[in-house]
Amino acid sequence: MKDLNGYKPVIGLEIHIQLATQSKMFSSAANKPGTKNPNVNIDEVVTAEPGTLPVLNQEAVRLGVMAGMALNCEIPEFSKFDRKHYFYPDLPKGYQISQYDEPIAQNGYVDIEVNGQSKRIRITRAHLEEDAGKNTHPSGLPYSLVDLNRAGAPLLEIVTEPDIETAEEARIFLQELRNIVRYVGASEAEMSTGTMRCEPNISVRKPGEEGLPNYKVEVKNINSFKFAEAAINYEIPRQIEMLEKGETPKQVTMGWDEKNNQTVEQRSKEEANDYRYFPEPDLPVMHFSQEWREDIKQSLPELPMHKRKRFAEEFGLGDDVVENLVQWKELTFYFENVVSEIDAWLKSGDNVILNEGEAGVEGSRDPSSQASHPFGHRQDDTKGSDRTKLIKLVANWCLQEFSAKLNSEGLLPEEAKVTPENFAELVMLIDSGKISGSAAKEVFAVMFDKGGEPDHIVEDLGLAQVSDTAEIESVVDKILAGNPKAVEDYQAGQQKSFGFLVGQVMKEMQGKANPGVINELLKKKLG
Amino acid sequence: MQFEKLSLLELRQKLDNKEISSVELTKYFLDRIKARNPELNAFITITEDQALKQAEEADAFIAEPGGNFALTGIPFAAKDLFNTKGIKTTAASKILENYISPYDATVISKLKEQKAVLLGKTNLDQFAHGSSGETSYFGATKNPWDKERMPGGSSSGSAAAVAAGISPWALATETGGSIRQPASLTGISGWKPTYGRVSRYGVAAMASSLDSMGAVANSVKELALIAEAISGHDPKDATTGSQEVGEYLKNLNTDLKGLKVGIPKEYFIDGMHPEVKASVEAAIKELEKQGAELVEVSLPNTKYGSLVYAIVCPSEVSSNLARYDGIRYGHSSSEAQNLEEVYELSRAEGFGDEAKRRIMTGTYVLSAGYYDAYYKKAQRVRRLILDEFETIFKQVDVLACPSVPNVAPKLGHAANDPLFGYIADQLNIPASLAGLPALSVPCGFAKPEDGQTDMPVGLQIIGPQWGEQVVFNVGAAYQEVTDFHTRKPQK
Repeated sequence: MKDLNGYKPVIGLEIHIQLATQSKMFSSAANKPGTKNPNVNIDEVVTAEPGTLPVLNQEAVRLGVMAGMALNCEIPEFSKFDRKHYFYPDLPKGYQISQYDEPIAQNGYVDIEVNGQSKRIRITRAHLEEDAGKNTHPSGLPYSLVDLNRAGAPLLEIVTEPDIETAEEARIFLQELRNIVRYVGASEAEMSTGTMRCEPNISVRKPGEEGLPNYKVEVKNINSFKFAEAAINYEIPRQIEMLEKGETPKQVTMGWDEKNNQTVEQRSKEEANDYRYFPEPDLPVMHFSQEWREDIKQSLPELPMHKRKRFAEEFGLGDDVVENLVQWKELTFYFENVVSEIDAWLKSGDNVILNEGEAGVEGSRDPSSQASHPFGHRQDDTKGSDRTKLIKLVANWCLQEFSAKLNSEGLLPEEAKVTPENFAELVMLIDSGKISGSAAKEVFAVMFDKGGEPDHIVEDLGLAQVSDTAEIESVVDKILAGNPKAVEDYQAGQQKSFGFLVGQVMKEMQGKANPGVINELLKKKLG
Repeated sequence: MQFEKLSLLELRQKLDNKEISSVELTKYFLDRIKARNPELNAFITITEDQALKQAEEADAFIAEPGGNFALTGIPFAAKDLFNTKGIKTTAASKILENYISPYDATVISKLKEQKAVLLGKTNLDQFAHGSSGETSYFGATKNPWDKERMPGGSSSGSAAAVAAGISPWALATETGGSIRQPASLTGISGWKPTYGRVSRYGVAAMASSLDSMGAVANSVKELALIAEAISGHDPKDATTGSQEVGEYLKNLNTDLKGLKVGIPKEYFIDGMHPEVKASVEAAIKELEKQGAELVEVSLPNTKYGSLVYAIVCPSEVSSNLARYDGIRYGHSSSEAQNLEEVYELSRAEGFGDEAKRRIMTGTYVLSAGYYDAYYKKAQRVRRLILDEFETIFKQVDVLACPSVPNVAPKLGHAANDPLFGYIADQLNIPASLAGLPALSVPCGFAKPEDGQTDMPVGLQIIGPQWGEQVVFNVGAAYQEVTDFHTRKPQK
């Protein structure tokens, strides 16, 4: 970010996450984000027929409290709901059931890392509330449409202190928050589908001033982390420019206009709404016993910050790889399952997973055949480094081929046909040089589409890589003899002739030769 | 045979003995409704077709071995605040004039399971806002004892229907006296349950923290039977209690020996009708004759009851009526040109004066800056009233006092007096604020200051929280030795 001449952005975030419950916050209607047909996830409570009453979804409370705990918040012994009144067609009761002064979680924080520096973003509070429906305004028609599928969906609203100073911090915080709520299973937390929504409150403190500025600009309609960053980066210079002219930006709600990359004023907040909060008389006060809170605390899964640290320590993976893995909770589980398979194999001392001629057949684990496998020679003292190497390979394959395929199919890792055991086998086939990298991709494609053991697939597709030095050597000799010009050129210093010769050997061997062995032999023979 | 003179227990016997069918009984009461309703205006909707169909089903059920519940085949009426699937539920308002509910209130479901027969939906003060029955969009209900007089409210139609013998019993609701007051003014028995004893689900809300669904009938014994049928925890109403429902009828104990009956002096107010006072005092003496020990007690916070109610009730009303916005159902103004006007005009046209008055008051009271001064303070005083009752119920088993300080006023009396209800209900409101069970039972007659016809007087019996059994005991004991509950108006 460019120098701000002493101006300091003051940014707080309000984040709504839609809790991953079966039913809505206060009724048994389905809570299904992304339902296409309008007004199907509704019942008489959602449409606020006369006489209907809310019944609290206990699961939503549990998820909300879990998320609160994961955000290092205090969970009070008592908490209550309040009614927040305003008229709008997407709000059937004419009030939203929310929490005013006794939220389920308060005073937490999230530590993020920005450019190698740790920074703490304080969480003011997190409270439960119900979502509103959705209005649409068909152009040119004299009416609007109301879809109540989302009305009454359970939300957790998380409010931060204005501790954020840059768009980057905001993005990193949002990513970490998303990870945390996903890790505890509270929400899908997907910006693009609206199960996570973010409204930054942005203001700028003048040089030399202290405390909070006397205005703030709220930006709505942000549906990706990228837009959150862009909106902040648009607002800061806009506000500084005004402040430099001696003006105070208006206290307004802006919308992010993604077409024109700018914020646009939506409504002025000067006529502040009076929501007439009062305690919801239809719902008893919630009592969170010490025991209940302790149980939930015990049930908290490993959180991203802890997983990051453990992955770096246990697996010797680089920061970027760890970070990429940690971004996808389910993938970390899968990854660890694959690592377990690798470990089991390493520990067993039975190093043969593939016996030539008896590829992958159970019972082929004959110690006498160990010598035919590269890993058969492995000494105990090389175990550690082998493991690290294999794990890195697992991580890379998880993050690249596997992630790409999962994403294109919209699958979760555990839904894939590739079992962790087969995944581990494939990695070992690659590592041992049994198959080339490109062959591995072909094998993996089959595994992903149909399942099956990689060694069988290698057989079926005839992709086994030839690493047999004698076999390759005979082909190398043949190629060298048949291409005297290229040999001459190489010896005269033309490096590309070497590549040509490698290519010829590979061609002769239908691409199945181990390139390392070809290189080695050629170099030896060409001097 | 005059079936309106039989109790629900007697009707049960006749049905079980096949002396009469449910269809015959239903037709009998439908005929009576048709004959009497034009003058009484007790019913808004008469559900003749559905009633006859339900009666046929009840008869088929009774024909099966063991096929009966206490209320199977017996007709009843429901205050038109209870949602009834496929049947108009108007709340006696214009805004819901043509509203047909897509679901049944929990209490209605329970009665359907029992195969009770719904005769129709009874008139009430619009949205239960009132104590005279006169705020109904469908016109005032008449008191069967004197058709120039009001039956009280808001359960005006239910009370008038039972008093006139055109329905054996009726569902009613209370927020601050809407069962006890009309029961008293029409000379019948009314039960306001402990808050949370009967599900509120499916009954258009007035003031959520006060609303209690109960019933009116000809005797306390019958109320005990009805209470068993409609009480209980409802997973759809988070404010219902999980306390087990007693076998109130079977466990009725009308031996009052050793029972301590508190007489709260604040309930015998200045300006009370002297004959009303005399009747109630005589009734209390009757309890003493039966062995009860009378204890004079004081509940000094009683005087704050109506004031607290005047804040809490409109606050919750203003919130609960927000859903009637002309968008999804109910009256929507045909004049509206934009969203703002849909709200403004639909509500302006759809709500009556009393609803508007309460919306205005409640909105003001809940506004930023006023909430602490009014609503919050009122809730604190409410707590004091509740504590006071709790303390008293450590000394006595029940309280006995007048239900209403007067007899039924003439129609029109309430129209120009917005404070009418607060005065009419002042002896009912404290128990409502505390969520306590209470009865009104007929205990005599008094001549109105402005008329010649003797009008009924009611004795109020208030019990501790969840103390339905003890109030039924005292009420039934009183009715064992008196006959006021059997007296009916001349046609």
